[in-house]
Amino acid sequence: MSRTTLDLWVGVFVAMGIAALLFLALKVGSISGSEIQSPYTLRANFDNIGGLKLRAPVKSSGVVVGRVEQIRYDNERFQAEVVFTVDGRYKFPTDTFANILTSGLLGEQYLGLDPGGEEKTLAPGEVIKKTQSAVVLEKLISQFMFGKAEGDSAPAK
Amino acid sequence: MGGVFRKLGRMAINGVWQLGFITRFLWLILVYSGQSFTRLHLTIRELYFSGVLSLLIILVSGLFVGLVLGLQGYEILQRYGSTEAMGTLVALSLLRELGPVVAGLLFASRAGSAVTAEIGLMKVTEQLKAMDMMAVSPIARVVAPRFWGGVISMPLLAALFSTMGIFGGWLIGVVFIGVDHGAFWGQMQSAVDFQYDVLNGVYKSFAFGVAVALIAVFEGYDCVPTAEGVSRAITRTVVSSALAILALDFVMTSFMFRGL
Repeated sequence: MSRTTLDLWVGVFVAMGIAALLFLALKVGSISGSEIQSPYTLRANFDNIGGLKLRAPVKSSGVVVGRVEQIRYDNERFQAEVVFTVDGRYKFPTDTFANILTSGLLGEQYLGLDPGGEEKTLAPGEVIKKTQSAVVLEKLISQFMFGKAEGDSAPAK
Repeated sequence: MGGVFRKLGRMAINGVWQLGFITRFLWLILVYSGQSFTRLHLTIRELYFSGVLSLLIILVSGLFVGLVLGLQGYEILQRYGSTEAMGTLVALSLLRELGPVVAGLLFASRAGSAVTAEIGLMKVTEQLKAMDMMAVSPIARVVAPRFWGGVISMPLLAALFSTMGIFGGWLIGVVFIGVDHGAFWGQMQSAVDFQYDVLNGVYKSFAFGVAVALIAVFEGYDCVPTAEGVSRAITRTVVSSALAILALDFVMTSFMFRGL
């Protein structure tokens, strides 16, 4: 069987298609598996996780260092337990502070890590003890109104 | 009154009968595929007819869809002062839905109808029977290469459609309107996930390719061997492929994209 011009056109077509797929994979999307290398898991307990979702980013100083893997309710402590993975290249001190923060006013919620000053670093599977819950807007508003009412009444006395 | 129920019943029984036949047909194609792949040039020839010859319509329509998405996206996003999100909007809508679905619809009307007409005409002129008499299986020789030609070209065409669409969106957004080049690509890259968006789109286009190719070869093989029968079979190919693509798209979307 000899090669024909038809084969050439099919070859061009298949090469174009594969190039388009590669373009979509590399230029348009980012291959998510590669950005977090050799991850290890950590845990943190929160009184209230607000609107934190699975696969939400874990950030430290604004840089994505991991992802939230699991969220469950701990019936012993009556708290939410968040399990998340952190890139193996990054180590955090044992007194790291975990917060649930919001990017922008209406943005998605993420887990923020504020490193402390300890020498020892967190081992895989360890629990972060210092945590701060998500800010619930309703609570904030009620606190503000309550505080304001007190503030108004104070000078009247 | 009774006539209506009789008609309904006949339609339902015919539908079930057709479904059974199409399933058995798919099984036969898969069984005979090995035999047909020993003559690979047959499949490559079909790849040329359904893939390469559909390239022009796919590329041009992809470009126009992207241009329209760019204009409409800009018009809405600029109300909220977030025109940088245009790349995300164009890329996600093309990768997840428009790429596979519109490319599938175009492919069904461009290549699917041609396949049905070809096989139908072979049946009318009794070429399929002649092959059978010469102990050449028409499924291995005629049907399987056309089926695989469609199945292979569809994901490639959908990827090319999405690529052209993103290029069109870039043309409108960055070149003509002046959205920041870096923000356009950067926001797109941070929002588009390879597995969640790109791969799910590829799975969709593959499923649509199987559906369109199977319907096209089946309608051709099953047509009434008259001039009118062939024309009806072609119409049925386009209509049922379009319905199959849209229904499959709904089912696959509800499984794939449920916001976790």
